[in-house]
Amino acid sequence: MWTIIQIELFKIFRRPRTYIAFGAIAALIGIIQFGLKLDGKSYTDFLMKDIGGSMEIEGNVLNGYLICYIMLQLLLVHVPLLVALIAADMISGEANMGTLRLLLSKPYSRTELLLAKFFAATVYTLMLLVWLAFLALVVSIWIFGVGDLFLMKSSYVVLLNEADVFWRYTGAFCFAALAMVTVAALGFFLSIFSENSIGPIVATMSIIVFFTILSTLNIPVFNIIKPYLFTTHLNSWKEFFDIKVSDTNDAIIGSIQNPQRIINSVFVLILHIVGFVGASIWVFNKKDVLS
Amino acid sequence: MQKCFLFVLVFQLSFLANAQDINALVKRVKTKLDLVNDYEADGNMKTDVIFIKAPIGKVKVYFKKPNHFRLKKNGGISLLPKGGVSVNMSSLIATNDFVAIAAGESIVNGTNTKVVKLLPSNDNSDIVLTTLYIDEPNLLVKKAITTTKENGTYEMEMRYGAFAQYGLPEKVIFSFNTKDYKLPKGVTLEFDDNEKPISDAQKMKNRKGRVEITYSNYIINKGVSDSMFK
Repeated sequence: MWTIIQIELFKIFRRPRTYIAFGAIAALIGIIQFGLKLDGKSYTDFLMKDIGGSMEIEGNVLNGYLICYIMLQLLLVHVPLLVALIAADMISGEANMGTLRLLLSKPYSRTELLLAKFFAATVYTLMLLVWLAFLALVVSIWIFGVGDLFLMKSSYVVLLNEADVFWRYTGAFCFAALAMVTVAALGFFLSIFSENSIGPIVATMSIIVFFTILSTLNIPVFNIIKPYLFTTHLNSWKEFFDIKVSDTNDAIIGSIQNPQRIINSVFVLILHIVGFVGASIWVFNKKDVLS
Repeated sequence: MQKCFLFVLVFQLSFLANAQDINALVKRVKTKLDLVNDYEADGNMKTDVIFIKAPIGKVKVYFKKPNHFRLKKNGGISLLPKGGVSVNMSSLIATNDFVAIAAGESIVNGTNTKVVKLLPSNDNSDIVLTTLYIDEPNLLVKKAITTTKENGTYEMEMRYGAFAQYGLPEKVIFSFNTKDYKLPKGVTLEFDDNEKPISDAQKMKNRKGRVEITYSNYIINKGVSDSMFK
């Protein structure tokens, strides 16, 4: 089993296409960091226009922690598309090149082969997130320094102590990893049905876009299905950055406002992963492979 | 006619005597506060505003005559009512450029106080009116309500402890009016957030913001660098 995982990882990281995602993330983060370094004050002034009417904010707001949060908000919406680029190619790519039948002639079961491929796609997804975390968090801290995290939400603001931030990022990245593996599982599942890579990649992207729109639309009729859509739960990493307050309105350090929402989201995402991978194995074991 | 004249004279004299008393009282309070040229203090700051979720934070406060005041959170971010906290007791009566008017007596936290209204003589002053509640025997300002041109009305309530001899409080409760806070979801990128809206009644109830600073230590007249206030 380990041998086929190694082979699959070798195949993924040998292709130039794999590095497009790493390059795209580096370029996007680099340009945001560059822009904020040059003119970050204008950006924060714009954000704080409303609260500035009644409060004065003292201290370094534009620190590495805030930069990382801004980038995660912007990028975690788009990373699924980069994940789909590889995950949706795992089986269909082999079919397209005509190597799938050859692969199945090896002394491994179809289930073992699929699990190895999914594991390799998961490793790629996690490496992409580690790369994102390194650039968005570590490099931002290096450039902008650390400090308290001041977050402006739609109807309130949250101030987190510097010492209370890092573990939240650890949690958020772990959650984001689970969310991205769900996307990888969807792409992987769709790749079974096609003999070229474009179809499953576009289908994965379309499903994500379609479900994301359904998840964000505030139309009551869609509220029934929203909790079951995985796209509703992709952004639950933000829950790590909302702090609970006591009856006297003191923020409780180390607390999360709605931990149950995170637990629910984790449960829904795991269910989707198991569902997609299970369905992939079931379909692929029944499939008549001709290419 | 003579009785009438006598009444007016007595009234005028009593008014003048009263005004002199009040001016003397404010002067005595000011003399007490003038004992402090500068100070540095440690404190805990609690921010209680409906739209702010902030933990209690450790702060350092610096003051230097005549009216330099700075509050810093150790390496962090602090949220202060706009233009408000710098209105500390020492800077309120730092100059003699005001008219003091007696406005009766009142009880603040169980202490009898003299109510004094201070009207600035200078038209350019940001402060329109200050009402002081002075504990006369101890020469301590227990409460101050200040109306400013730019930043509305602030209320400061002071509680004293070990540093009462210098007129420095151990706790200051600062109350102020807050404006509505709302950012478009397009700016915060929170399209998926389905939070429940706050009812109007709740909004009104929580309209007043409070900042409480509890001082734990004062270092008085040991010199504070001007760079602290830049």
